[in-house]
Amino acid sequence: MATKSTATSAGSSRGSKRPLKAPAKAAAPSKKAAPSTKIFSGLPKELLLQMHDLMVKSRVLEERLIKIYRAGESYFWIGGPGEEAWGVPLGLLGKKGQGLQHDWWHLHYRCTPTLIALGMEMIDSIRLMMNKVTDPSTGGRNFSNHYCFPQWNVAPVTSPIEVQYPIACGTAHAQKRVKGGGISIVSGGDAGTAEGDFASCLIWSSRQGQELPVLITVQNNRWGISTSYHGQHGESQIADRAKAFGIRSIVVNGNDPVESYLKIQEQMDYIRKTGKPAFIESMVSRLYGHSSASGANRVEGEVDALMDFEKKLLKSGVLKEAAAKEIWAKYEAEGIAAAEQARGEGVPTAESVWDNVYVGSENADWRKF
Amino acid sequence: MANMAQAIRMALHYGESEMGVKDIFGQDVGAPLGGVFTATQGLKNAWNTPLDERGIIGVAMGIAMAGDRCVAEIQFCDYIFNTIDLLKIAGNTLWCTNGQIQLPMVVMTPVGAGIRGSVYHSHSVDSWASRLAGWKVVMPSNPLDAYGLLLSAIEDPNPVLYLKPKALMRVRGEDLIPGEPESEKDLKAMIDAPIGDRSKWKARWPELSKYQVPIGQGKITREGDRMTVVSYGRHLLLCNEVADKLREEGIAVEVIDLRSIYPYDWQMISASVRKTGRVLFVNEDTEVTNFAEHLAYRTTQELFYELMAKPRVLAGKHLPGIGLHASLEDASVPQKHEIEQQIRECLAEVP
Repeated sequence: MATKSTATSAGSSRGSKRPLKAPAKAAAPSKKAAPSTKIFSGLPKELLLQMHDLMVKSRVLEERLIKIYRAGESYFWIGGPGEEAWGVPLGLLGKKGQGLQHDWWHLHYRCTPTLIALGMEMIDSIRLMMNKVTDPSTGGRNFSNHYCFPQWNVAPVTSPIEVQYPIACGTAHAQKRVKGGGISIVSGGDAGTAEGDFASCLIWSSRQGQELPVLITVQNNRWGISTSYHGQHGESQIADRAKAFGIRSIVVNGNDPVESYLKIQEQMDYIRKTGKPAFIESMVSRLYGHSSASGANRVEGEVDALMDFEKKLLKSGVLKEAAAKEIWAKYEAEGIAAAEQARGEGVPTAESVWDNVYVGSENADWRKF
Repeated sequence: MANMAQAIRMALHYGESEMGVKDIFGQDVGAPLGGVFTATQGLKNAWNTPLDERGIIGVAMGIAMAGDRCVAEIQFCDYIFNTIDLLKIAGNTLWCTNGQIQLPMVVMTPVGAGIRGSVYHSHSVDSWASRLAGWKVVMPSNPLDAYGLLLSAIEDPNPVLYLKPKALMRVRGEDLIPGEPESEKDLKAMIDAPIGDRSKWKARWPELSKYQVPIGQGKITREGDRMTVVSYGRHLLLCNEVADKLREEGIAVEVIDLRSIYPYDWQMISASVRKTGRVLFVNEDTEVTNFAEHLAYRTTQELFYELMAKPRVLAGKHLPGIGLHASLEDASVPQKHEIEQQIRECLAEVP
C-alpha cells in the first residue's frame, strides 16, 4: 500500500515486522538529561505516563484481537491500532458518566483507544471479538469494536459510521436543554464524510440561535477501505467544510498525543463555555489496513504514534526502559489471560434470537401473535 | 366531532402536557404553519427543522437515546425512503445492544393516495414498514383511534411508526374524544389557528383525558358471517361502505380494522375467517410483496381447511408512481367498485 506522511504528521515510521508483543529495543534516554516535560508542552509527567500506559494497553489489545482472528476464534476483525495518540487523550478528556450531565459518545470501530481511556477492560473487548454471551456491548450479536456502554453514555457503534453524526445532534439537543455541561462527541472517518449525514451534522449543529454542543471529529487516515482519500476529495482539509458553517474548526496531528490532548481540551472548553459546536480533523495512521478482510497485516510506511511517543518519553527520561518493557509485558499477559478466560465462556443460544427485539422481550414473532 | 388532524393535534397536546413529550418536530411542523395538514398547530413543543429527512430521523434517535420522548414527522411518506437504513438502525438498536439501549420515539408521516397528490404525495409505506423489525407500525381510520393510537405510540418504549391516511385528515368521526367539546364550531375556535397573522395566537386546549387504543389490537367495524374483509386506514372506510351496501342485499360481510400493521391482531383475523371461510385483504400499497400477501399466506397455511374460497388480496398496482390525472390515480389504487367485485367473486366461489 502506498502511504505517505501528511503535512501535519510527525515522527518516524515502524516496519511491519514489529512483533506483536513488547518492543525489543527502545531508544535509551540520555544519562545526563534530567527528566523534562518541556518538549511535551508542559503536560505533567503523570499524565504523559498515563497516556503512554493506556496507548500501550490499547495497542496490545488490538493486536491480541488480530491474533484471535488469525487463530480462527473469530469471524472478523476491524479496529483502530494506530489511532492511540488521538483516541486516548479524547477519552481522558471527556466528562465520563451516565445521563445528560455527562458527555455522550458516538464512536466508530476504530475507537478502542478511547474506550480504553474511559476504563473498558480488555476482556470485554475480547468477549465482543469472540461473540460470547458475556460480551457486555452486544451479547455476541455484532462485530469486533462495535461497543456500547450505557454506563458511560457510549452509544452503540454501527457499521455504517456516518449515521452517528445526526444521532449526535439528537443527544446534544437533549443535553442543551438541561444545561448540565454535557456535550456530545461524534467520530467518523474521512471516507464517511462523503455521506449526507455528515453534512446534516454541520447544518443541524450550527443553526443560528440553536447551536448544539457537539464536538464533531473526523479521523482522517486517508483511506476508505482500499480507496485513497486523494482522488475522492476536492477540499484541502475536511475541516474547511466546517468553517463554511461558522463552526470553529482545526486540524491536529493525531499522531501526537500531546498536541491532541491540548487541542481537544481547547475545543471541549469552547463547547462547554459557549454551547456551540467545534470541529477537529485528526490526521492519523492506519497500521493494519481496513480490517481482516484486507489481511490485517502491518502496513509499511505509516507513522507509529505510540512508538514515537515512547521514544520521546525515554529520551527525555520521563519513562525508563525497564518500566516501558514492564508495561508492555503486563498488558501482553493481561491480553493472554483475558482471551483464555473468554474462550471458556458461553455463547448465545439459538432461542435467544428473539430476545430484545422489543423492550422486555415482548413477543415479536408473528407466529405467536 | 373532531377531524383526524384535530384529533392528532389534541393527542400531541396531551402528550406534551401529560406524557413527557419534549419535542415535536419536522419540516413545517412548528409555527407558523403547524404542519401541512395542520396536525401540529398550537403545540408548545413543536419546532421546525431543516429540509433533511435523515437529519430528522437521526436527531429523533439521539433524543430518544438520551432518554427524552419525541415525536418526529416526515412531511409525506414519499420522502421517508431516503431514511430507510436509519429506520433499520432504530429498529435494531435494542436488539444489537442486547436490550441496553431503548429508543422510545414516534415517527409520524402521511400516507396514501386520495387527494390527487401525484407521484410524490400519494405513496404508501405500510408494506415497507412491515419489514422494519423492531418497529411497531400503526394506522388509524378515524379520529378517536387516531387519538388513542398516538397516545399508545407515545407511551410505548419502542420506536413506533404512526401512519396518517392523508385523505382522512379532514374526515370527522362518530365518537367524541374524551374532553372534546360537542360543538365542532367551539373546537375549531379553540384549537384551529386563524387565517392570516398567527403571531399572537395561542390554542385554548380542552380538558382532555387519556384514551388509548392498544397497539396490536384490531376492531370489528361491521359484523357478518358470510365473508371477512381486513383493511386499515383510508380503505377501511371504503370497505365499510361496500359492506353496508351488501347488507341491504342481505349479505353480511365482517369488516376488520386492523389498526396495527405490526404487531397485528391475528387472533381477530383467525376467529373471523374460521367463522366466514372467506377473506379479502385490502390496502393501497403496491401489490408485489405486499403486507397483505403475508396475511393471505398465513391464512392459507393455518386456516386452509376452514376456507370456502381462496384468500384474496386487493392492493395498489405494481407501478413506479401514481399519476396525477384522476383516471390514472383511480386505476392505480383500489376503488370501491373493485372491493365490491372482489367480495362478490369470493362469495360466488364454490369449493
